[in-house]
Amino acid sequence: MANVISDETIDYVGILAKLDLNVEEKEQAKKDLAEMLDYIDELGELDTTGVEPMSHVFPVHNVFREDVVVNGDDSENILKNAPGEKDNMFLVPKTFD
Amino acid sequence: MSDILSLTAVELGKAIKAGTYTAVDAMKAVIEQIEKCEETVHAYVTIDKEAALAKAAEAQKKIEAGELTGPLAGVPVAIKDNMCTEGMLTTCSSKILSNFVPTFSSEAVINLEKAGAVVIGKTNMDEFAMGSTTETSYYGVTRNPRNPEHVPGGSSGGSAAAVAAQECFFALGSDTGGSIRQPASYCGVVGLKPTYGTVSRYGLIAYGSSLDQIGPLCKDVTDCATILETIASHDPKDSTSMKREDTDFTSALVKDVKGMKIGIPKSYFGEGLQEDVKEAVLAVAEKLKELGAEVEEFDLDHVKYAIPTYYTIADAEASSNLERFDGVKYGYRAEDADELHRMYKKTRSEGFGPEVKRRIMLGSFVLSSGYYDAYYLKALRVKALIKKAFDDAFAKYDIILGPVAPTTAPKLGCSLSNPMQMYLGDIYTISVNLAGLPGISVPCGTDKNGLPIGVQMIGDCFAEKKLIRAAYTYEQAAKEV
Repeated sequence: MANVISDETIDYVGILAKLDLNVEEKEQAKKDLAEMLDYIDELGELDTTGVEPMSHVFPVHNVFREDVVVNGDDSENILKNAPGEKDNMFLVPKTFD
Repeated sequence: MSDILSLTAVELGKAIKAGTYTAVDAMKAVIEQIEKCEETVHAYVTIDKEAALAKAAEAQKKIEAGELTGPLAGVPVAIKDNMCTEGMLTTCSSKILSNFVPTFSSEAVINLEKAGAVVIGKTNMDEFAMGSTTETSYYGVTRNPRNPEHVPGGSSGGSAAAVAAQECFFALGSDTGGSIRQPASYCGVVGLKPTYGTVSRYGLIAYGSSLDQIGPLCKDVTDCATILETIASHDPKDSTSMKREDTDFTSALVKDVKGMKIGIPKSYFGEGLQEDVKEAVLAVAEKLKELGAEVEEFDLDHVKYAIPTYYTIADAEASSNLERFDGVKYGYRAEDADELHRMYKKTRSEGFGPEVKRRIMLGSFVLSSGYYDAYYLKALRVKALIKKAFDDAFAKYDIILGPVAPTTAPKLGCSLSNPMQMYLGDIYTISVNLAGLPGISVPCGTDKNGLPIGVQMIGDCFAEKKLIRAAYTYEQAAKEV
Protein backbone atom coordinates (compact mmCIF):
# COMPACT_ATOMS: atom_id res chain seq x y z
CA MET A 1 0.00 0.00 0.00
CA ALA A 2 1.40 3.34 -1.03
CA ASN A 3 -0.71 5.37 1.39
CA VAL A 4 -0.14 4.90 5.10
CA ILE A 5 -2.62 6.50 7.46
CA SER A 6 -1.19 7.46 10.84
CA ASP A 7 -3.03 7.34 14.16
CA GLU A 8 -2.95 11.15 14.24
CA THR A 9 -4.64 11.36 10.85
CA ILE A 10 -7.37 8.91 11.73
CA ASP A 11 -8.01 10.74 15.00
CA TYR A 12 -8.19 14.05 13.16
CA VAL A 13 -10.59 12.67 10.54
CA GLY A 14 -12.67 11.21 13.39
CA ILE A 15 -13.01 14.71 14.82
CA LEU A 16 -14.07 16.12 11.45
CA ALA A 17 -16.52 13.26 10.94
CA LYS A 18 -17.82 13.48 14.53
CA LEU A 19 -17.31 9.75 14.97
CA ASP A 20 -15.83 7.91 17.94
CA LEU A 21 -14.11 4.84 16.62
CA ASN A 22 -12.99 2.08 18.97
CA VAL A 23 -9.52 0.56 18.63
CA GLU A 24 -10.67 -2.12 16.26
CA GLU A 25 -12.68 0.27 14.09
CA LYS A 26 -9.73 2.64 13.97
CA GLU A 27 -7.39 -0.04 12.63
CA GLN A 28 -9.98 -1.04 10.04
CA ALA A 29 -10.54 2.61 9.06
CA LYS A 30 -6.79 3.12 8.57
CA LYS A 31 -6.67 0.14 6.27
CA ASP A 32 -9.85 1.05 4.35
CA LEU A 33 -8.84 4.67 3.92
CA ALA A 34 -5.38 3.75 2.68
CA GLU A 35 -6.79 1.23 0.22
CA MET A 36 -9.31 3.72 -1.17
CA LEU A 37 -6.70 6.47 -1.46
CA ASP A 38 -4.37 4.13 -3.35
CA TYR A 39 -7.18 3.55 -5.75
CA ILE A 40 -8.17 7.22 -6.00
CA ASP A 41 -4.51 8.07 -6.67
CA GLU A 42 -5.01 6.54 -10.13
CA LEU A 43 -6.64 9.83 -11.04
CA GLY A 44 -3.13 11.28 -10.90
CA GLU A 45 -2.42 9.54 -14.22
CA LEU A 46 -4.75 12.01 -15.91
CA ASP A 47 -3.44 15.42 -16.85
CA THR A 48 -6.12 17.86 -15.76
CA THR A 49 -4.11 21.03 -16.24
CA GLY A 50 -6.45 23.78 -17.33
CA VAL A 51 -9.59 21.72 -16.68
CA GLU A 52 -12.10 23.58 -14.53
CA PRO A 53 -13.52 21.57 -11.61
CA MET A 54 -17.12 20.70 -12.49
CA SER A 55 -19.50 20.74 -9.55
CA HIS A 56 -22.70 20.97 -11.56
CA VAL A 57 -23.19 19.32 -14.95
CA PHE A 58 -25.48 22.05 -16.21
CA PRO A 59 -24.66 25.76 -16.35
CA VAL A 60 -26.95 26.46 -13.40
CA HIS A 61 -25.46 28.81 -10.86
CA ASN A 62 -27.13 30.68 -8.06
CA VAL A 63 -30.86 30.14 -8.06
CA PHE A 64 -32.62 32.90 -6.17
CA ARG A 65 -36.15 33.23 -4.91
CA GLU A 66 -38.01 35.98 -3.12
CA ASP A 67 -37.39 35.93 0.62
CA VAL A 68 -40.99 35.22 1.53
CA VAL A 69 -42.22 32.72 4.09
CA VAL A 70 -44.55 30.25 2.37
CA ASN A 71 -44.86 27.53 5.01
CA GLY A 72 -46.71 27.92 8.29
CA ASP A 73 -45.53 27.36 11.83
CA ASP A 74 -45.22 23.61 12.20
CA SER A 75 -43.03 23.66 15.29
CA GLU A 76 -45.33 21.46 17.34
CA ASN A 77 -45.19 18.64 14.80
CA ILE A 78 -41.50 19.13 14.13
CA LEU A 79 -40.68 18.91 17.83
CA LYS A 80 -42.51 15.60 18.05
CA ASN A 81 -39.45 14.09 16.35
CA ALA A 82 -37.00 15.69 18.76
CA PRO A 83 -35.23 13.38 21.23
CA GLY A 84 -35.46 16.18 23.77
CA GLU A 85 -37.91 19.09 23.95
CA LYS A 86 -38.65 21.88 26.41
CA ASP A 87 -40.77 25.02 26.07
CA ASN A 88 -41.16 24.63 22.30
CA MET A 89 -37.38 24.30 21.84
CA PHE A 90 -34.90 21.48 21.21
CA LEU A 91 -33.40 20.28 24.46
CA VAL A 92 -29.72 19.23 24.39
CA PRO A 93 -27.18 18.22 27.05
CA LYS A 94 -25.16 21.03 28.59
CA THR A 95 -22.80 22.77 26.18
CA PHE A 96 -20.30 24.16 28.74
CA ASP A 97 -19.56 23.94 32.42
CA MET B 1 -58.53 -11.96 -8.22
CA SER B 2 -55.18 -13.72 -8.46
CA ASP B 3 -54.41 -12.47 -11.97
CA ILE B 4 -54.88 -8.85 -10.94
CA LEU B 5 -51.30 -8.98 -9.63
CA SER B 6 -49.89 -9.81 -13.04
CA LEU B 7 -51.23 -6.56 -14.52
CA THR B 8 -48.83 -3.70 -15.13
CA ALA B 9 -49.52 -0.39 -13.38
CA VAL B 10 -51.01 1.12 -16.53
CA GLU B 11 -53.14 -1.97 -17.22
CA LEU B 12 -54.42 -1.86 -13.64
CA GLY B 13 -55.21 1.85 -13.93
CA LYS B 14 -57.27 1.09 -17.05
CA ALA B 15 -59.06 -1.83 -15.39
CA ILE B 16 -59.97 0.36 -12.41
CA LYS B 17 -61.26 3.06 -14.73
CA ALA B 18 -63.29 0.47 -16.63
CA GLY B 19 -64.78 -0.81 -13.37
CA THR B 20 -63.29 -4.31 -13.69
CA TYR B 21 -61.51 -3.80 -10.38
CA THR B 22 -61.56 -1.13 -7.71
CA ALA B 23 -58.56 0.54 -6.09
CA VAL B 24 -59.49 -1.36 -2.93
CA ASP B 25 -59.42 -4.71 -4.80
CA ALA B 26 -55.93 -3.84 -6.00
CA MET B 27 -54.72 -2.88 -2.52
CA LYS B 28 -56.24 -6.01 -0.97
CA ALA B 29 -54.53 -8.18 -3.58
CA VAL B 30 -51.21 -6.49 -2.89
CA ILE B 31 -51.57 -6.88 0.88
CA GLU B 32 -52.42 -10.55 0.44
CA GLN B 33 -49.30 -10.98 -1.68
CA ILE B 34 -47.22 -9.14 0.91
CA GLU B 35 -48.48 -11.47 3.62
CA LYS B 36 -47.50 -14.41 1.45
CA CYS B 37 -44.04 -13.22 0.35
CA GLU B 38 -42.63 -10.88 2.95
CA GLU B 39 -41.31 -13.57 5.21
CA THR B 40 -38.95 -14.66 2.45
CA VAL B 41 -38.39 -11.47 0.47
CA HIS B 42 -38.49 -8.74 3.14
CA ALA B 43 -38.86 -5.92 0.64
CA TYR B 44 -40.49 -3.52 3.08
CA VAL B 45 -39.34 -1.72 6.21
CA THR B 46 -42.75 -0.23 6.98
CA ILE B 47 -46.23 -1.22 5.83
CA ASP B 48 -49.38 0.50 7.04
CA LYS B 49 -52.13 -1.81 5.79
CA GLU B 50 -55.07 0.03 7.31
CA ALA B 51 -53.96 3.44 6.10
CA ALA B 52 -53.27 1.99 2.65
CA LEU B 53 -56.75 0.47 2.44
CA ALA B 54 -58.35 3.71 3.65
CA LYS B 55 -56.41 5.73 1.10
CA ALA B 56 -57.36 3.24 -1.63
CA ALA B 57 -61.05 3.64 -0.73
CA GLU B 58 -60.63 7.41 -0.89
CA ALA B 59 -58.96 7.19 -4.30
CA GLN B 60 -61.75 4.92 -5.54
CA LYS B 61 -64.35 7.51 -4.54
CA LYS B 62 -62.49 10.23 -6.41
CA ILE B 63 -62.15 8.00 -9.47
CA GLU B 64 -65.87 7.31 -9.45
CA ALA B 65 -66.58 11.01 -9.00
CA GLY B 66 -64.42 11.77 -12.03
CA GLU B 67 -61.93 13.77 -9.98
CA LEU B 68 -59.04 11.38 -10.65
CA THR B 69 -58.65 10.46 -14.31
CA GLY B 70 -54.91 9.82 -14.72
CA PRO B 71 -53.35 6.48 -15.72
CA LEU B 72 -52.05 5.73 -12.21
CA ALA B 73 -55.25 6.53 -10.30
CA GLY B 74 -55.90 3.84 -7.69
CA VAL B 75 -52.62 2.00 -8.35
CA PRO B 76 -50.67 0.80 -5.25
CA VAL B 77 -47.07 2.05 -5.10
CA ALA B 78 -44.11 1.33 -2.82
CA ILE B 79 -41.68 4.10 -1.87
CA LYS B 80 -38.00 3.69 -1.08
CA ASP B 81 -37.41 4.51 2.56
CA ASN B 82 -35.18 7.52 1.86
CA MET B 83 -38.11 9.60 0.60
CA CYS B 84 -40.05 11.48 3.24
CA THR B 85 -43.69 10.49 3.62
CA GLU B 86 -45.84 12.65 5.87
CA GLY B 87 -46.93 10.74 8.97
CA MET B 88 -45.18 7.53 7.89
CA LEU B 89 -41.91 6.30 9.37
CA THR B 90 -38.92 7.12 7.14
CA THR B 91 -35.74 5.37 8.29
CA CYS B 92 -33.28 5.34 5.37
CA SER B 93 -32.79 1.78 6.66
CA SER B 94 -30.64 3.26 9.42
CA LYS B 95 -30.77 2.99 13.19
CA ILE B 96 -30.18 6.73 13.42
CA LEU B 97 -33.60 7.43 11.85
CA SER B 98 -35.38 4.50 13.48
CA ASN B 99 -38.11 6.75 14.92
CA PHE B 100 -38.31 9.56 12.35
CA VAL B 101 -41.82 10.47 11.17
CA PRO B 102 -41.62 13.29 8.61
CA THR B 103 -43.99 16.24 8.79
CA PHE B 104 -44.04 16.55 5.01
CA SER B 105 -43.82 14.36 1.90
CA SER B 106 -41.20 14.49 -0.83
CA GLU B 107 -42.29 16.22 -4.01
CA ALA B 108 -42.15 13.02 -6.10
CA VAL B 109 -44.52 11.29 -3.66
CA ILE B 110 -46.85 14.30 -3.66
CA ASN B 111 -46.91 14.19 -7.48
CA LEU B 112 -47.85 10.50 -7.37
CA GLU B 113 -50.55 11.05 -4.76
CA LYS B 114 -52.02 13.92 -6.76
CA ALA B 115 -52.29 11.48 -9.65
CA GLY B 116 -54.18 9.08 -7.40
CA ALA B 117 -51.49 6.44 -6.78
CA VAL B 118 -51.80 4.92 -3.30
CA VAL B 119 -48.73 4.43 -1.08
CA ILE B 120 -48.52 0.97 0.52
CA GLY B 121 -45.36 1.42 2.52
CA LYS B 122 -41.63 2.00 2.52
CA THR B 123 -39.08 -0.30 0.96
CA ASN B 124 -35.81 -1.57 2.34
CA MET B 125 -32.50 -0.23 1.05
CA ASP B 126 -28.82 -0.08 1.84
CA GLU B 127 -28.37 2.24 4.81
CA PHE B 128 -28.51 5.80 3.46
CA ALA B 129 -28.35 4.27 -0.06
CA MET B 130 -24.72 3.30 0.49
CA GLY B 131 -24.28 -0.15 -0.94
CA SER B 132 -25.03 -2.36 -3.91
CA THR B 133 -26.82 -5.29 -2.27
CA THR B 134 -29.37 -4.00 0.33
CA GLU B 135 -27.32 -5.94 2.89
CA THR B 136 -26.20 -2.82 4.81
CA SER B 137 -29.77 -2.13 5.98
CA TYR B 138 -30.14 -1.94 9.77
CA TYR B 139 -33.42 -3.83 9.38
CA GLY B 140 -32.10 -6.98 7.76
CA VAL B 141 -31.45 -8.08 4.19
CA THR B 142 -33.91 -8.20 1.32
CA ARG B 143 -33.85 -11.36 -0.79
CA ASN B 144 -34.10 -11.56 -4.55
CA PRO B 145 -37.59 -12.89 -5.42
CA ARG B 146 -36.15 -14.63 -8.51
CA ASN B 147 -33.88 -16.66 -6.23
CA PRO B 148 -33.93 -15.98 -2.47
CA GLU B 149 -30.34 -17.14 -2.02
CA HIS B 150 -29.23 -14.08 -3.95
CA VAL B 151 -29.25 -10.36 -3.24
CA PRO B 152 -31.76 -8.09 -4.98
CA GLY B 153 -29.04 -5.53 -5.69
CA GLY B 154 -29.03 -2.07 -4.24
CA SER B 155 -29.38 0.36 -2.97
CA SER B 156 -33.05 0.36 -4.08
CA GLY B 157 -33.18 -3.42 -3.54
CA GLY B 158 -36.45 -3.36 -1.62
CA SER B 159 -38.20 -1.43 -4.38
CA ALA B 160 -36.93 -3.75 -7.12
CA ALA B 161 -37.81 -6.85 -5.10
CA ALA B 162 -41.30 -5.53 -4.26
CA VAL B 163 -42.02 -5.04 -7.98
CA ALA B 164 -40.56 -8.44 -8.93
CA ALA B 165 -42.50 -10.24 -6.16
CA GLN B 166 -45.73 -8.43 -7.16
CA GLU B 167 -45.86 -6.86 -3.70
CA CYS B 168 -46.71 -3.57 -5.41
CA PHE B 169 -47.55 -2.47 -8.95
CA PHE B 170 -44.60 -0.12 -9.17
CA ALA B 171 -42.09 1.57 -6.89
CA LEU B 172 -39.93 4.64 -6.59
CA GLY B 173 -36.22 4.31 -6.06
CA SER B 174 -33.28 6.67 -6.04
CA ASP B 175 -30.08 6.38 -8.05
CA THR B 176 -26.78 7.96 -6.99
CA GLY B 177 -24.41 5.53 -8.71
CA GLY B 178 -26.69 2.87 -10.17
CA SER B 179 -29.07 2.30 -7.28
CA ILE B 180 -32.17 2.04 -9.50
CA ARG B 181 -30.68 0.42 -12.60
CA GLN B 182 -28.60 -2.30 -10.92
CA PRO B 183 -31.36 -3.75 -8.65
CA ALA B 184 -33.78 -3.50 -11.60
CA SER B 185 -31.33 -5.61 -13.59
CA TYR B 186 -30.79 -8.13 -10.77
CA CYS B 187 -34.55 -8.55 -10.18
CA GLY B 188 -35.65 -8.56 -13.81
CA VAL B 189 -37.69 -5.35 -13.80
CA VAL B 190 -37.44 -2.02 -15.63
CA GLY B 191 -35.71 0.89 -13.88
CA LEU B 192 -34.87 4.39 -15.04
CA LYS B 193 -32.63 7.09 -13.68
CA PRO B 194 -33.71 10.40 -15.21
CA THR B 195 -31.50 13.31 -16.27
CA TYR B 196 -30.27 15.17 -13.18
CA GLY B 197 -32.85 17.78 -12.20
CA THR B 198 -35.84 16.11 -13.88
CA VAL B 199 -37.46 14.87 -10.66
CA SER B 200 -37.40 17.13 -7.61
CA ARG B 201 -35.11 15.95 -4.80
CA TYR B 202 -37.18 17.83 -2.22
CA GLY B 203 -37.83 15.38 0.61
CA LEU B 204 -35.29 12.85 -0.65
CA ILE B 205 -32.82 12.34 2.20
CA ALA B 206 -29.58 13.38 0.54
CA TYR B 207 -26.59 11.10 -0.03
CA GLY B 208 -24.62 12.69 -2.89
CA SER B 209 -26.68 15.73 -3.80
CA SER B 210 -25.01 16.38 -7.15
CA LEU B 211 -25.68 12.77 -8.22
CA ASP B 212 -29.00 11.73 -6.61
CA GLN B 213 -32.10 11.31 -8.77
CA ILE B 214 -35.45 9.68 -8.06
CA GLY B 215 -36.90 7.36 -10.68
CA PRO B 216 -39.31 4.47 -11.32
CA LEU B 217 -38.90 0.71 -10.87
CA CYS B 218 -41.68 -1.07 -12.71
CA LYS B 219 -42.88 -3.96 -14.82
CA ASP B 220 -42.45 -2.58 -18.32
CA VAL B 221 -41.36 0.40 -20.41
CA THR B 222 -44.91 1.75 -20.76
CA ASP B 223 -45.22 1.93 -16.97
CA CYS B 224 -41.78 3.52 -16.83
CA ALA B 225 -42.69 6.36 -19.21
CA THR B 226 -46.03 6.89 -17.49
CA ILE B 227 -44.55 7.08 -13.99
CA LEU B 228 -41.74 9.37 -15.09
CA GLU B 229 -44.26 11.68 -16.74
CA THR B 230 -46.13 11.83 -13.42
CA ILE B 231 -43.20 12.46 -11.08
CA ALA B 232 -41.18 14.88 -13.26
CA SER B 233 -41.76 18.48 -12.29
CA HIS B 234 -39.99 21.78 -11.88
CA ASP B 235 -39.87 22.49 -8.16
CA PRO B 236 -38.72 25.84 -6.73
CA LYS B 237 -37.98 23.99 -3.46
CA ASP B 238 -35.11 22.14 -5.20
CA SER B 239 -32.71 24.68 -6.66
CA THR B 240 -31.21 22.04 -8.97
CA SER B 241 -34.60 21.19 -10.44
CA MET B 242 -34.77 21.88 -14.19
CA LYS B 243 -37.62 23.53 -16.04
CA ARG B 244 -38.38 21.04 -18.80
CA GLU B 245 -41.11 21.38 -21.39
CA ASP B 246 -40.65 17.89 -22.84
CA THR B 247 -41.96 15.71 -20.02
CA ASP B 248 -44.66 14.02 -22.15
CA PHE B 249 -42.58 10.84 -22.01
CA THR B 250 -45.40 8.50 -23.03
CA SER B 251 -45.36 10.11 -26.49
CA ALA B 252 -42.06 8.23 -27.00
CA LEU B 253 -43.70 4.79 -26.66
CA VAL B 254 -43.20 4.15 -30.34
CA LYS B 255 -41.96 0.92 -31.85
CA ASP B 256 -39.43 2.30 -34.27
CA VAL B 257 -35.65 2.58 -34.16
CA LYS B 258 -35.01 3.04 -37.86
CA GLY B 259 -31.98 5.22 -38.35
CA MET B 260 -31.26 5.43 -34.62
CA LYS B 261 -27.51 5.49 -34.00
CA ILE B 262 -26.39 3.21 -31.18
CA GLY B 263 -22.86 3.25 -29.82
CA ILE B 264 -21.34 0.31 -27.95
CA PRO B 265 -18.34 1.22 -25.79
CA LYS B 266 -15.68 -1.45 -26.41
CA SER B 267 -14.32 -1.08 -22.89
CA TYR B 268 -17.70 -2.11 -21.43
CA PHE B 269 -17.21 -5.61 -22.79
CA GLY B 270 -13.73 -6.40 -21.51
CA GLU B 271 -12.35 -8.34 -18.60
CA GLY B 272 -14.63 -9.07 -15.64
CA LEU B 273 -17.87 -9.23 -17.61
CA GLN B 274 -19.80 -12.47 -17.11
CA GLU B 275 -19.99 -14.32 -20.42
CA ASP B 276 -23.76 -14.86 -20.56
CA VAL B 277 -24.36 -11.22 -19.56
CA LYS B 278 -22.20 -10.17 -22.47
CA GLU B 279 -24.06 -12.44 -24.90
CA ALA B 280 -27.50 -11.28 -23.72
CA VAL B 281 -26.58 -7.60 -24.00
CA LEU B 282 -25.04 -7.97 -27.44
CA ALA B 283 -28.14 -9.85 -28.57
CA VAL B 284 -30.18 -6.73 -27.75
CA ALA B 285 -27.88 -4.66 -29.97
CA GLU B 286 -28.31 -7.25 -32.71
CA LYS B 287 -32.09 -7.14 -32.34
CA LEU B 288 -32.19 -3.36 -32.58
CA LYS B 289 -29.96 -3.56 -35.64
CA GLU B 290 -32.40 -5.95 -37.28
CA LEU B 291 -35.12 -3.41 -36.58
CA GLY B 292 -33.26 -0.69 -38.41
CA ALA B 293 -30.87 0.90 -35.93
CA GLU B 294 -27.26 1.58 -36.86
CA VAL B 295 -25.01 -0.10 -34.32
CA GLU B 296 -21.30 0.66 -33.99
CA GLU B 297 -18.54 0.00 -31.50
CA PHE B 298 -16.49 2.95 -30.25
CA ASP B 299 -13.93 3.97 -27.65
CA LEU B 300 -15.39 5.78 -24.67
CA ASP B 301 -12.64 7.63 -22.83
CA HIS B 302 -11.88 7.63 -19.10
CA VAL B 303 -14.13 4.67 -18.17
CA LYS B 304 -11.65 3.33 -15.59
CA TYR B 305 -11.53 6.66 -13.76
CA ALA B 306 -15.26 6.82 -13.09
CA ILE B 307 -15.22 4.75 -9.89
CA PRO B 308 -12.44 6.63 -8.03
CA THR B 309 -13.99 9.93 -9.15
CA TYR B 310 -17.41 8.85 -7.96
CA TYR B 311 -16.36 7.62 -4.54
CA THR B 312 -14.41 10.83 -3.92
CA ILE B 313 -17.30 13.10 -4.84
CA ALA B 314 -20.16 11.01 -3.42
CA ASP B 315 -18.40 10.41 -0.10
CA ALA B 316 -17.41 14.07 0.20
CA GLU B 317 -21.02 15.11 -0.29
CA ALA B 318 -22.23 12.36 2.04
CA SER B 319 -19.90 13.47 4.84
CA SER B 320 -21.43 16.92 4.60
CA ASN B 321 -25.05 15.82 4.10
CA LEU B 322 -25.00 13.34 6.96
CA GLU B 323 -23.68 15.90 9.44
CA ARG B 324 -27.30 16.79 10.20
CA PHE B 325 -27.80 13.48 12.02
CA ASP B 326 -26.54 14.49 15.43
CA GLY B 327 -29.30 13.50 17.86
CA VAL B 328 -30.72 17.00 18.26
CA LYS B 329 -33.68 17.51 15.94
CA TYR B 330 -34.86 14.00 15.07
CA GLY B 331 -33.94 10.36 15.17
CA TYR B 332 -31.85 8.36 17.57
CA ARG B 333 -29.98 9.99 20.46
CA ALA B 334 -27.37 8.09 22.50
CA GLU B 335 -28.07 7.88 26.18
CA ASP B 336 -25.66 8.83 28.96
CA ALA B 337 -23.85 11.60 27.11
CA ASP B 338 -23.61 14.48 29.52
CA GLU B 339 -22.11 17.05 27.20
CA LEU B 340 -23.27 18.25 23.77
CA HIS B 341 -20.23 17.35 21.71
CA ARG B 342 -19.92 13.93 23.31
CA MET B 343 -23.62 13.40 22.59
CA TYR B 344 -23.07 14.16 18.88
CA LYS B 345 -20.21 11.70 18.61
CA LYS B 346 -21.84 8.95 20.65
CA THR B 347 -25.13 9.27 18.77
CA ARG B 348 -23.45 9.08 15.36
CA SER B 349 -21.09 6.26 16.36
CA GLU B 350 -23.99 4.17 17.64
CA GLY B 351 -26.48 5.25 14.98
CA PHE B 352 -24.53 4.68 11.75
CA GLY B 353 -23.48 1.28 10.38
CA PRO B 354 -19.96 0.39 9.18
CA GLU B 355 -20.41 1.24 5.47
CA VAL B 356 -21.86 4.67 6.28
CA LYS B 357 -19.01 5.38 8.71
CA ARG B 358 -16.47 4.26 6.10
CA ARG B 359 -17.86 6.72 3.57
CA ILE B 360 -18.17 9.60 6.03
CA MET B 361 -14.51 9.05 7.02
CA LEU B 362 -13.28 9.05 3.42
CA GLY B 363 -15.46 12.05 2.59
CA SER B 364 -14.21 14.00 5.60
CA PHE B 365 -10.63 13.17 4.64
CA VAL B 366 -10.85 14.29 0.99
CA LEU B 367 -12.45 17.58 2.06
CA SER B 368 -9.92 18.30 4.82
CA SER B 369 -7.45 21.11 4.39
CA GLY B 370 -4.28 19.89 2.76
CA TYR B 371 -6.10 17.18 0.80
CA TYR B 372 -9.01 19.12 -0.69
CA ASP B 373 -7.14 20.13 -3.86
CA ALA B 374 -5.38 16.82 -4.37
CA TYR B 375 -8.49 14.67 -3.99
CA TYR B 376 -11.79 16.53 -4.11
CA LEU B 377 -10.92 19.19 -6.69
CA LYS B 378 -8.99 16.64 -8.74
CA ALA B 379 -12.11 14.44 -8.85
CA LEU B 380 -14.23 17.39 -9.98
CA ARG B 381 -11.75 18.03 -12.80
CA VAL B 382 -11.89 14.39 -13.89
CA LYS B 383 -15.67 14.59 -13.73
CA ALA B 384 -15.45 17.37 -16.34
CA LEU B 385 -13.36 15.06 -18.54
CA ILE B 386 -15.86 12.21 -18.14
CA LYS B 387 -18.71 14.55 -19.08
CA LYS B 388 -16.72 15.65 -22.14
CA ALA B 389 -16.18 12.02 -23.18
CA PHE B 390 -19.95 11.50 -23.15
CA ASP B 391 -20.52 14.79 -25.03
CA ASP B 392 -18.18 13.52 -27.75
CA ALA B 393 -20.02 10.18 -27.86
CA PHE B 394 -23.45 11.80 -28.11
CA ALA B 395 -22.23 13.96 -30.99
CA LYS B 396 -22.13 10.66 -32.91
CA TYR B 397 -24.76 8.44 -31.26
CA ASP B 398 -28.36 8.74 -30.09
CA ILE B 399 -27.88 6.22 -27.33
CA ILE B 400 -25.10 4.16 -25.76
CA LEU B 401 -25.84 0.51 -25.06
CA GLY B 402 -24.08 -1.81 -22.63
CA PRO B 403 -24.49 -4.00 -19.57
CA VAL B 404 -25.88 -2.67 -16.28
CA ALA B 405 -23.53 -4.69 -14.09
CA PRO B 406 -20.64 -7.07 -14.79
CA THR B 407 -22.48 -10.04 -13.29
CA THR B 408 -25.95 -11.18 -12.33
CA ALA B 409 -27.04 -10.98 -8.67
CA PRO B 410 -24.39 -12.37 -6.30
CA LYS B 411 -25.28 -14.69 -3.43
CA LEU B 412 -26.19 -13.17 -0.09
CA GLY B 413 -23.22 -12.66 2.20
CA CYS B 414 -20.53 -12.54 -0.48
CA SER B 415 -20.14 -8.81 -1.07
CA LEU B 416 -19.65 -6.82 2.13
CA SER B 417 -16.38 -8.39 3.23
CA ASN B 418 -14.59 -6.68 0.36
CA PRO B 419 -15.94 -3.15 -0.19
CA MET B 420 -13.45 -2.36 -2.96
CA GLN B 421 -14.63 -5.37 -4.94
CA MET B 422 -18.24 -4.28 -4.42
CA TYR B 423 -17.45 -0.75 -5.64
CA LEU B 424 -15.96 -2.17 -8.86
CA GLY B 425 -19.37 -3.62 -9.73
CA ASP B 426 -20.62 -0.06 -10.27
CA ILE B 427 -18.37 0.46 -13.30
CA TYR B 428 -21.12 0.71 -15.96
CA THR B 429 -23.66 2.73 -14.01
CA ILE B 430 -21.62 5.27 -12.09
CA SER B 431 -20.37 7.53 -14.88
CA VAL B 432 -23.99 8.18 -15.89
CA ASN B 433 -24.56 9.91 -12.53
CA LEU B 434 -21.32 11.87 -12.77
CA ALA B 435 -22.38 13.22 -16.17
CA GLY B 436 -26.01 13.79 -15.11
CA LEU B 437 -27.32 11.54 -17.89
CA PRO B 438 -30.47 9.43 -18.08
CA GLY B 439 -30.10 5.64 -18.09
CA ILE B 440 -32.57 2.79 -18.27
CA SER B 441 -32.25 -0.89 -17.36
CA VAL B 442 -34.44 -3.31 -19.28
CA PRO B 443 -34.62 -7.10 -18.72
CA CYS B 444 -32.97 -9.01 -21.57
CA GLY B 445 -32.86 -12.65 -20.50
CA THR B 446 -31.37 -14.82 -17.80
CA ASP B 447 -28.01 -16.38 -17.09
CA LYS B 448 -27.33 -20.12 -16.90
CA ASN B 449 -28.68 -20.18 -13.34
CA GLY B 450 -31.92 -18.45 -14.29
CA LEU B 451 -30.98 -15.09 -12.78
CA PRO B 452 -32.16 -12.00 -14.67
CA ILE B 453 -29.85 -9.93 -16.89
CA GLY B 454 -30.45 -6.27 -17.71
CA VAL B 455 -29.33 -4.19 -20.66
CA GLN B 456 -28.50 -0.55 -20.02
CA MET B 457 -29.27 2.23 -22.45
CA ILE B 458 -27.74 5.63 -21.77
CA GLY B 459 -28.91 8.86 -23.35
CA ASP B 460 -27.63 12.40 -23.60
CA CYS B 461 -29.00 14.89 -21.07
CA PHE B 462 -32.74 15.35 -21.58
CA ALA B 463 -32.88 12.48 -24.12
CA GLU B 464 -35.14 10.18 -22.07
CA LYS B 465 -37.48 9.93 -25.04
CA LYS B 466 -34.81 8.26 -27.16
CA LEU B 467 -34.18 5.77 -24.36
CA ILE B 468 -37.87 5.05 -23.97
CA ARG B 469 -38.31 4.59 -27.72
CA ALA B 470 -35.35 2.20 -28.01
CA ALA B 471 -36.31 0.30 -24.84
CA TYR B 472 -39.96 0.03 -25.89
CA THR B 473 -39.01 -1.16 -29.37
CA TYR B 474 -36.77 -3.87 -27.94
CA GLU B 475 -39.34 -4.91 -25.34
CA GLN B 476 -42.12 -5.25 -27.91
CA ALA B 477 -39.87 -7.15 -30.33
CA ALA B 478 -38.71 -9.49 -27.57
CA LYS B 479 -42.35 -10.28 -26.74
CA GLU B 480 -43.00 -11.40 -30.30
CA VAL B 481 -40.38 -14.15 -30.23
